[in-house]
Amino acid sequence: MSRGTTWTVARALAWRQLRILLKNPSLFVPPMLFPLMSFTAFAGGLAQMRHVPGFDFKGGYTSFQYVFVLLQSAAFSGVFMGFGIARDFERGFARRLLIAAQRRSGLVVGYALAALLRWSMVAVMLTLVALIAQMQIGGNGVDLFGLYALAIIVNVLGTLWAAGIALRFRSVQAGPLMQTPIFMVLFLAPVYVPLSLLSGWIASVAKVNPFTAFVEAGRGFISGEPYHSALAFGIALTMASLLAIWALRGLRRAERTI
Amino acid sequence: MSGHGIEARGLVREFKNVKAVRGIDLEVAPGEIYGFLGPNGAGKSTTVHVLTTLLPPSAGTARVAGYDVRTEGPKVRASIGAALQEAALDPWLTGREHLRLQSALHGIGARERKVRGEELLERVGLTRAADRKVQTYSGGMKRRLDLALALVHRPTILFLDEPTTGLDPQSRSALWNEVGRLARDEGVTVFLTTQYLEEADVLADRVGIIDLGRIVAEGTPEELKAEIAKPTVEASPTEPSQLGAVATVLERFGEQTQGSPGSVAVRLDGKGDLADVVRAFDAAGVTVENLRLHAPSLDDVFLAKTGHRLEGSDEDTETDE
Amino acid sequence: MRHGLAHQIAFIAWRSVKRTLRQPAVLIPPLVFPLMLMAVNSSGLRAATHLPGFPTDSFLAFFLPFSFMQGALFAASTAGTDLARDVDTGFLNRLALTPLRGWALLVGQLGGATVQGVVQAFVYLSVGLAFGVRFVTGSGGILALLLLSILIAIGWAAVGIWLALRTGSGEAVQSQFPLLFFLLFISSMNMPRNLIEVDWFRDAATLNPVSYMIEGLRTLIIGGWDAQALVLAFGMTSALIVAALTLSAVALRQRMART
Repeated sequence: MSRGTTWTVARALAWRQLRILLKNPSLFVPPMLFPLMSFTAFAGGLAQMRHVPGFDFKGGYTSFQYVFVLLQSAAFSGVFMGFGIARDFERGFARRLLIAAQRRSGLVVGYALAALLRWSMVAVMLTLVALIAQMQIGGNGVDLFGLYALAIIVNVLGTLWAAGIALRFRSVQAGPLMQTPIFMVLFLAPVYVPLSLLSGWIASVAKVNPFTAFVEAGRGFISGEPYHSALAFGIALTMASLLAIWALRGLRRAERTI
Repeated sequence: MSGHGIEARGLVREFKNVKAVRGIDLEVAPGEIYGFLGPNGAGKSTTVHVLTTLLPPSAGTARVAGYDVRTEGPKVRASIGAALQEAALDPWLTGREHLRLQSALHGIGARERKVRGEELLERVGLTRAADRKVQTYSGGMKRRLDLALALVHRPTILFLDEPTTGLDPQSRSALWNEVGRLARDEGVTVFLTTQYLEEADVLADRVGIIDLGRIVAEGTPEELKAEIAKPTVEASPTEPSQLGAVATVLERFGEQTQGSPGSVAVRLDGKGDLADVVRAFDAAGVTVENLRLHAPSLDDVFLAKTGHRLEGSDEDTETDE
Repeated sequence: MRHGLAHQIAFIAWRSVKRTLRQPAVLIPPLVFPLMLMAVNSSGLRAATHLPGFPTDSFLAFFLPFSFMQGALFAASTAGTDLARDVDTGFLNRLALTPLRGWALLVGQLGGATVQGVVQAFVYLSVGLAFGVRFVTGSGGILALLLLSILIAIGWAAVGIWLALRTGSGEAVQSQFPLLFFLLFISSMNMPRNLIEVDWFRDAATLNPVSYMIEGLRTLIIGGWDAQALVLAFGMTSALIVAALTLSAVALRQRMART
């Protein structure tokens, strides 16, 4: 009789996801390509933005954009995992998982773990490219730890959101529902300039957008001038709790289909 | 031969390192239904693709409707209709729109397009579904539309590549009736590939059995079976514990073959007939509840010619998760 | 019997248009996403108009051409995926068994992309005008912009068709699209070329034909009747159409190997 705990289920599923990735290296490409493209376009094509009057970020435009793209890649890596969950349902594999797993919450944890592992490879690649592009790093080890810890939580948030959708709809056709809200949240934040330089409706929206807190805190970490870090982590952890409930409720719905 | 049927001599088709068709000779007379029987991967579809000009032959010659497939492709295509292995339909178009497109591309004028379209829809039983998008059609309906599209320009030769795969018995039977009618009433020559023995047996005037790219046997179904002349005897004991004893007796008369659960079957190889079998059971004291004699099947013919069975010979294809 | 090229093109185009119009999932995202990005970027990058030498004080007017380019890539995706499906399902074999000429298939397949391009162009233009974009070139410039944007959509749709014939698979076509988006990103979409600070990026944007298409559209909105920009834009677009259709014709001959 199976004595599976949440952790053993999670580990098994994460291992399976990793094996799929290693057997199909082409699956690395989409989550890798978009952040690299964004970074190149923003840091390369918009470097002039640092000359906008009032642009007072000390770290240079490359690191300014690196933070956004790092967090963006973390969020979208989570969304890609949501596609994977939906595909597992369409192919019937998820049904097997639900039947086999003693602790089904371990499945959500497993998918989140797999998303994190996949994203970590993207993060390494992105960081290497940024360093080659002579990104300035003003923060110390603690600051950088803070930056990557925040990014990890953002990755988990993306996975939990997408998992909740995937578990409810159980079809890749729900892809736009996974992607579009994340896309909107990311781009209604200070992407190209600091919050202080936004104006009009977008400034109003960005002020209440939780992602703004993450981006600004991240930029504070990398420049060595931490900015509202506690607020950012507080919001992130609160959202993680709420989205965990969202995902687990989705799991309960999916269980009813067995 | 008049040259209005199908003729192939030494037909070969290679793909990189694979010889899918290894030298096929065949003749199909006008108005004949020719069944091309073989397992998956035998070269049936490749042969059809060559004869329908979709692929050039690597070697050999073929003439369809009197035209050379290599040098007179457009004339061949004007004379043939084909319903290939995939139903090949556009899910976003309706049945009627498919017929309109197909007939327009064949150069049929607007008025005749309409008349011909309605006639074919009626004939294949799709009039009511004609204005529904094909994505709402069942498998059987798609196959029927496929057949209608192949007939739009009144071809003299029809190629059907596994036309009833995946169909329920009713749809299959309806398709057989239509194919039979086309050959009988309209004189259409039909080249039909199949992996179903029953289909070849029931429908085809002559059958060519293909394996590994070569024709291993050819003739009418009766001729082929008579060539083997090895009926199968199947017996099931009254007491299940006597199954072994039944096998011991029957094995004296031929090689054991696939039987129903709870019974033993052997192919008689000339060492005795049914009466001898009955006497042998009596002598051994074995009481038999059921004793059946089966005439040879095309599968037996296939086995005799190739050393393996046609039915159940599909290889599993591996799929990645 | 009517086998004329025009007749065949007309029917293939008829089918292509019907298919496109019957797929809301194909028509709606190209309208929604570019407009979303337009809204977000025109506000988020408004500060760029304060840069010395920035050609306009309306970032929306500056950025509007991006929507047409993004729409063109969606048209490429539609055209490519539809044709790849035909290859995959065997529908291309069905067409090959008719007297259909290869060029009729290629040109006709662009029918759906053309309709898509027209619808998109009108929507983007209407939204731009509604939010205060003013054309320095007047109504003549609007017509020229519509023409250029539709041609750009056709050019990229032809690229999608080439990808479909080369790969024969909708998934493979889709997987190539990040590369096309990369072309869009490494261009003057966000910043005039003369204001791009990073040397290698500016050089790449200068070599990128997409930059000239964007600049052609942009000059009709904020620059005026700049002959050089327009000649380059129309020239690059025409070259794209010719090159993509020629490559497609070669790929079609290999894919449809009928005798």
